[in-house]
Amino acid sequence: MRPVIPYVTAALLFGIGVYGVLRRRNAVLLLMSVELMLNAVNLILVTADASVRAALPHTGQVFALFVIVIAAAEVGVGLAIVLQLYRLRATVAVDEVPLERVDA
Amino acid sequence: MTAADVLLLGLGAVAVGSALLVVTTRHIVRAGLYLVVCLGAMAGLYLVLTAELVAWVQVLIYVGAVVVLLLFAVMLTRAPIGASDDLDRPGWPALLVGGGAGLGLAGLLVDAFRWTTVDLPEAGTAERLGTEIFRSWVLPFEVLSVLLLAALVGAIVVSRPDIGQRAGNADIGQRAGNADTAGIGERADR
Repeated sequence: MRPVIPYVTAALLFGIGVYGVLRRRNAVLLLMSVELMLNAVNLILVTADASVRAALPHTGQVFALFVIVIAAAEVGVGLAIVLQLYRLRATVAVDEVPLERVDA
Repeated sequence: MTAADVLLLGLGAVAVGSALLVVTTRHIVRAGLYLVVCLGAMAGLYLVLTAELVAWVQVLIYVGAVVVLLLFAVMLTRAPIGASDDLDRPGWPALLVGGGAGLGLAGLLVDAFRWTTVDLPEAGTAERLGTEIFRSWVLPFEVLSVLLLAALVGAIVVSRPDIGQRAGNADIGQRAGNADTAGIGERADR
């Protein structure tokens, strides 16, 4: 197994995720791009687990599992925020969100 | 080039290609479906890298739960079916930063690993991973369970406007009702 192949795949996926986060306006598509970045990190962890001999075996895979759990929590809270934003403003475009506090 | 290398190359190409489609397509629903393809290819990569349990957890949690949640959000925000032109911002800074990060990291990793080979380790089955979690990583595991509970409660509180409402912004719920009605009216006009 040549570890450079999955490593380069993960690096490209991370770059695509960064591009998506900066490029997309729709908040749901933004969350999808964040998922791509998290997956790239998972791939790095699993590949490192397979290619580097660590003191504790399978640590990279355990950490990949932890990252998956954190990603599930993140997407749950993120979607709740997106739905609340849609309910308040009837739009999910992130560059139309006012950053200063608006008093009702 | 062994069979594992060929599989890694093929699945990696599928993952990168579908990820590119996720960030460039003009159809929101299709972006979600391309994300399924990308995450499935990642699960295949995990399998080739002998991470059995991680691959199945990826299929269960990501393809099963996260993508379904995202598609629910697409539906609940009344995303249009079909192409929409207002999904993107001007792309040059994004292309610069994203391409720079991706290609820079790729170059760094190529330089670090070259064309070396390693032997695949023993498979990460549920038994081995479970032993490792409950022997060495019990504390992070328990902290994660608390985090999941906090995220659950947080999601419920955020998505219920009637919880924690102060007297001052009691009209937010009223406005929300108006926004909903406006959205429905707009949809009926279409």
